[in-house]
Amino acid sequence: MSKILIRGAQVLGGEPQDVLIDGDTVAEVGTGLGAEGATVVEADGKILLPGLVDLHTHLREPGREDSETVLTGTRAAASGGYTSVFAMANTFPVADTAGVVEQVYRLGKESGYCDVQPIGAVTVGLEGKKLAELGAMHESAAGVTVFSDDGKCVDDAVIMRRALEYVKAFGGVVAQHAQEPRLTEGAQMNEGVVSAELGLGGWPAVAEESIIARDVLLAEHVGSRVHICHLSTAGSVEIVRWAKSRGIDVTAEVTPHHLLLTDELVRSYNPVYKVNPPLRTERDVLALREALADGTIDIVATDHAPHPHEDKDCEWGAAAMGMVGLETALSVVQHTMVDTGLLTWAGVADRMSHTPARIGQAEGHGRPVSAGEPANLTLVDPAYRGPVDPAGFASRSRNTPYEGRELPGRVTHTWLRGRATLVDGKLQ
Amino acid sequence: MDTHDSDVARPVLEGPDIARVLTRIAHEIVERAKGADDVVLLGIPTRGVFLAQRLAAKLEEITGRKIPVGSLDITMYRDDLRMHPPRALARTEIPGDGIDGRLVVLVDDVLFSGRTIRAALDALNDIGRPRAVQLAVLVDRGHRELPIRADYVGKNLPTSLRETVKVQLAEEDGRDAVLLGAKPTAPAGER
Amino acid sequence: MMRHLISAADLTRDDAVLILDTAEEMARVADRPIKKLPTLRGRTVVNLFFEDSTRTRISFEAAEKRLSADVINFTAKGSSVSKGESLKDTAQTLEAMGVDAVVIRHGASGAPYTLANSGWIDAAVINAGDGTHQHPTQALLDAFTMRRRLVGRDAGLGQDLAGKRVTVVGDILHSRVARSNVDLLHTLGADVTLVAPPTLVPVGVEHWPCEVSYDLDRVLPKSDAVMMLRVQRERMNAAFFPTEREYSRRYGLDGERMARMPEHAIVMHPGPMVRGMEITAEVADSDRCTVVEQVANGVSIRMAVLYLLLGGNEPAVTHTRPATERPAHTAFPDEEK
Repeated sequence: MSKILIRGAQVLGGEPQDVLIDGDTVAEVGTGLGAEGATVVEADGKILLPGLVDLHTHLREPGREDSETVLTGTRAAASGGYTSVFAMANTFPVADTAGVVEQVYRLGKESGYCDVQPIGAVTVGLEGKKLAELGAMHESAAGVTVFSDDGKCVDDAVIMRRALEYVKAFGGVVAQHAQEPRLTEGAQMNEGVVSAELGLGGWPAVAEESIIARDVLLAEHVGSRVHICHLSTAGSVEIVRWAKSRGIDVTAEVTPHHLLLTDELVRSYNPVYKVNPPLRTERDVLALREALADGTIDIVATDHAPHPHEDKDCEWGAAAMGMVGLETALSVVQHTMVDTGLLTWAGVADRMSHTPARIGQAEGHGRPVSAGEPANLTLVDPAYRGPVDPAGFASRSRNTPYEGRELPGRVTHTWLRGRATLVDGKLQ
Repeated sequence: MDTHDSDVARPVLEGPDIARVLTRIAHEIVERAKGADDVVLLGIPTRGVFLAQRLAAKLEEITGRKIPVGSLDITMYRDDLRMHPPRALARTEIPGDGIDGRLVVLVDDVLFSGRTIRAALDALNDIGRPRAVQLAVLVDRGHRELPIRADYVGKNLPTSLRETVKVQLAEEDGRDAVLLGAKPTAPAGER
Repeated sequence: MMRHLISAADLTRDDAVLILDTAEEMARVADRPIKKLPTLRGRTVVNLFFEDSTRTRISFEAAEKRLSADVINFTAKGSSVSKGESLKDTAQTLEAMGVDAVVIRHGASGAPYTLANSGWIDAAVINAGDGTHQHPTQALLDAFTMRRRLVGRDAGLGQDLAGKRVTVVGDILHSRVARSNVDLLHTLGADVTLVAPPTLVPVGVEHWPCEVSYDLDRVLPKSDAVMMLRVQRERMNAAFFPTEREYSRRYGLDGERMARMPEHAIVMHPGPMVRGMEITAEVADSDRCTVVEQVANGVSIRMAVLYLLLGGNEPAVTHTRPATERPAHTAFPDEEK
């Protein structure tokens, strides 16, 4: 078995230490470790984190391989420092049966860049009417524990209640895409000052907040846990904060783009800024950052949503919703949370690795960087500054809102169980 | 219109000269038009319109009749539209009885390349069918680029292309004068 | 420099007055035996209509033809567009044909902006109505109609609408006419009041440069012009108001209400009118109603816009918004450095 010595890395942003990987395991963490027989990675000034875990990724396979495949998506994940991603269920066909989730699981295994944990649909065909075979998906080789109709809201209160109850039998969790459908008919962007001016259909904050309020109360009532996808408003933060204070078992995620971008960008009518939930206001952005810092929001999840060029190279109304995010997530988090002093690197490890792994029960991921743990690691150069160049993306799609934008930090190395998937910024 | 420093410009006609010249032109019109019964004066904005009004007043003195006077903006008919940003339009005001079957006398301040008059003839064509069209100008400075000549000329002023001719009228400029000056830089497309 | 006319908000006061003054001269062409000017000879203008609007299209077409432009009409229905061709492909096709200007009507807000800024096409883009966003030539023709009626044809030259009180009544939420008018009338110095049931006023309207009222009767006596907007009956089904009858009673303009307006005040409507809904036949047919004038003025305004954008080697109207994307200065709320 090969040995790798990571020399002088700031583990979770702490004092420089050496980390020795032996095979698929972290063998030793200390100072002045011997390098005999090991490949040495000089990590002076770099931050060593546990491999990142994304609870919300759209890998598009099966069905939309023109925008992403499991292979290209996991390569993008490795590029961004991820060792585990959860693949959303809104594929074609929908991942609502054991057969489809096993296919995605198997493709992930074959890719070798990143562990892929399929998410199962809550309802058949994401239609919100009839529960999918949640137990069968859990018992399949894929071992699904996270269920979501993401892209659509489980808006029927009875179906949502049943799903929350049903997954308790095997410790599953329902991840809700909170969007009241009637309040968001024809919605094109955040409803507010900018939508009024631009004449684009409004997506009001209350459409998200009303569903979150209902679901935390349902979770409390039936004694289940619930996870809220891509929380985007200041009001949602308050509701989750209230629910947690009441002891309700709720977790929540925020996307990198909702930590940075506002609906003012929509004035350009550039569809690269079209996303669901939509970009909100500066007040929301600041509330989300604060909530991520104080733990009200538990994790950062990318909602990596690849779309082919033609689906974004058109008028706003015709454009698809979504942004790619795996390869820029850590930079955006560094920019918005670390460089602003809101979060330490240890905090980043918690929000982007430990906690998402815990919520999704990703075995072997989100572990401490210490001897005996699986060698799922990410090395970051926080001093790097440079413009985002989508041409260099490993993802098959380029629909990033950050093109040309100067962002800090760069993932230089990623190890998946001791195997380097990214070395000096190059995929292996 | 040329822009130049009037300090270096030399007056070639002063106020009284201009008044005299217009009186002469008025008499010539009456003579050539055999009483000016059917004359319509159309000035070309900006200064041609004031000259047309002054001529009309003089014609009324001579003939004792009201002389129809109007304005004809030629901007939309210019052949150099594509060479400049679009200009603000001036007023076209055709007297009530129109120009059909009448003798239209176009009035302008300076006759130069002839292109303005060419545009004016095109514009007239879209407005009606005069019996005949004549041209009265205060100054003819030569350098024609089209086969056009004036029927009534206040003053023939031989010039070089390096010179500028500027007409000032009290209605627009506060005083009456024709100024000859030197062009400071590269030749501009004066009419 | 302004190459395109996308939004009424892009016009400065001087630009708008120049367009109105130019339109005043263009209007005189309509009184001549030959209603044609040679100004745009050899220029090709495409009327690219992704939405049905015969009125707007023929108004532009009349304006283009009076200026001697070559006109190509391209309507989406029955064309390749209805077979799934994208705006981009259509634009590139037109570009390959060498068109000088595209007059675009599109159901999606922002489509003209995208067309003008995408790099798909070099032609000047004139917005003939996009979604619920803007309809700048409508606002210009409305302002032109107001200036003629409230200030005077000749007296109005060079003037704006300072101090004029304009009331816009109806479905503000879904109206590009309302948005364009608020922007332009504000630029021209008028005081605008929007009147509608609260359901038909957009969230965020408090940032618009106008007043909002829910009480038509209170506003009418203080109005120099009252613009009635069309209210589509189908809005009733989306619960914007309970019944057509209740809407008419509270927000419709009838003879009795019109009598509360000042003597000189005019009634405007962008058309097509829904008689019996927002306006009664009595009002629509009265001589205070400028609907027919607005149609005639539309041709003059569109001639003026076409002349000022296409008549020279470069446009005569300045543009406050750069042709490229706005800087994303608001994207980083924490970056005050």
